[in-house]
Amino acid sequence: MSSIDVPLHDGGFGKTARRDRWWVEPLLVFLGFATFIVYSTWAALQGNNYTYGPYLSPFYSPLLMTSAPGWWPSLVPFSAAMLILWAPGGFRLTCYYYRGAYYKAFWADPPSCAVGEPRKTYWGERSFPLILQNVHRYFLYLAILFIFILAADAYRAMWFDGHFGWGIGTIVMIVNPILLGGYTFGCHSLRHLAGGRLDEISAKPVRKAAYDCVSCLNRKHMLWAWMSLFWVGFTDLYIRLCAMGIWRDVRIF
Amino acid sequence: MMSTATFRIWRGNASGGGFKEYRTEVESGMVVLDVVHRIQATQANDLAVRWNCKAGKCGSCSAEINGRPRLMCMTRLSQLNLEEPVTVEPMHTFPRIKDLVTDVSWNYRVKERIPKFVPRKPDATDGTWRMQQADVDRVQEFRKCIECFLCQDVCHVLREHHLHDKFIGPRFLVYAAAMEMNPLDTQDRLGDLRENCGIGYCNITKCCTKVCPEEIKITDNAIIPLKERVVDEYYDPLRRLFKVFR
Repeated sequence: MSSIDVPLHDGGFGKTARRDRWWVEPLLVFLGFATFIVYSTWAALQGNNYTYGPYLSPFYSPLLMTSAPGWWPSLVPFSAAMLILWAPGGFRLTCYYYRGAYYKAFWADPPSCAVGEPRKTYWGERSFPLILQNVHRYFLYLAILFIFILAADAYRAMWFDGHFGWGIGTIVMIVNPILLGGYTFGCHSLRHLAGGRLDEISAKPVRKAAYDCVSCLNRKHMLWAWMSLFWVGFTDLYIRLCAMGIWRDVRIF
Repeated sequence: MMSTATFRIWRGNASGGGFKEYRTEVESGMVVLDVVHRIQATQANDLAVRWNCKAGKCGSCSAEINGRPRLMCMTRLSQLNLEEPVTVEPMHTFPRIKDLVTDVSWNYRVKERIPKFVPRKPDATDGTWRMQQADVDRVQEFRKCIECFLCQDVCHVLREHHLHDKFIGPRFLVYAAAMEMNPLDTQDRLGDLRENCGIGYCNITKCCTKVCPEEIKITDNAIIPLKERVVDEYYDPLRRLFKVFR
């Protein structure tokens, strides 16, 4: 590779000639992620109030077991959510959009475009630990499975003691897999697997159609990412508050 | 309508310099390059600025305006707050030659060493090839690049960390993607992208996409697809296993 003689300019954390409020976006991302991480961790550790009638919180779905198995370490508090949340959590953690967003908001690498950084060393994603981000497609496979599980939960949310009906919670639970589907099926890795890896995609019409569909969702990947993140948290909150008797679920029919 | 505005323009050379303030008349419809030319004509005849087409197509007049990498010819004064001084400085990522002119020759040296396009055998006996429009469309986006090098300028791997000897930057990842995704091409660049081009250094901040005057979706359509191809080849054990049995 060709080298270059560029004198290091007088950098420094936050140093920039930009006049706009460049810090607003990373700050909002930081607050958004931090709020979700704190809430979801708290909700996952509760181990209760995750069901109400036919509703099941997405943080606890699929409900693999309700009490600690024999092999569970006694020092670690058990919650059914801890058995499954690593999968959708890993999918978001390794997501290409989220990576770019949290590198800026949490690690200031960089804080924003054309803004000085706090560190002079930089490894990028080519060495440990960030090279592990390449596992993203494996989390994608699990995340797709979760879409179907949550869609089944939404279907079950339409049955109240064996009778078909809809409550506000049913709508909340139907919207959840739709938004998660918009996010998951617009994933960059899925776009690649669907057809992006092919140079001559026109020769495979089915894969071309799949690639076009994923590309369509991918154009608004950030929007889907945030909407689905908010809604999955809200779905848990709705069910939790109903279970605690703070909110009342209104039956529509 | 005529009014006056203050411009702080970086003056100096490779050994150093600083901002110099110019107050000049401006009128509606002007772009920053017009103002720089007016200052050059009326107040600073020795002010160095590289420009050519004044239409956002030659990629010559790249600079940093109020701290943002932009083309001077495509930045209208109506986009800027003229109540306060407007700063115009050369790109940070490349060595300064004089005033607003930088030495971007590193980019040409990088381009030379990227494995070249090697077409497959001609499809027809007359020595020509056949491509479907759908396959052309994807790589055509990358051909819009005007080589203004604003994406190289804003990329923090080059700008902040000066990893010019390890990372080729977004412009040349786009260049590599244009060849790598071309159905006629037979060259394999994935090993080179991983080892020598340093694609792993990109941490997907999308700053390159934000500054591209041609609105090429650099990150989504070039860099991430290339990263995924590198994952196919080097980091996906199931795919490698599948290839063994295929």
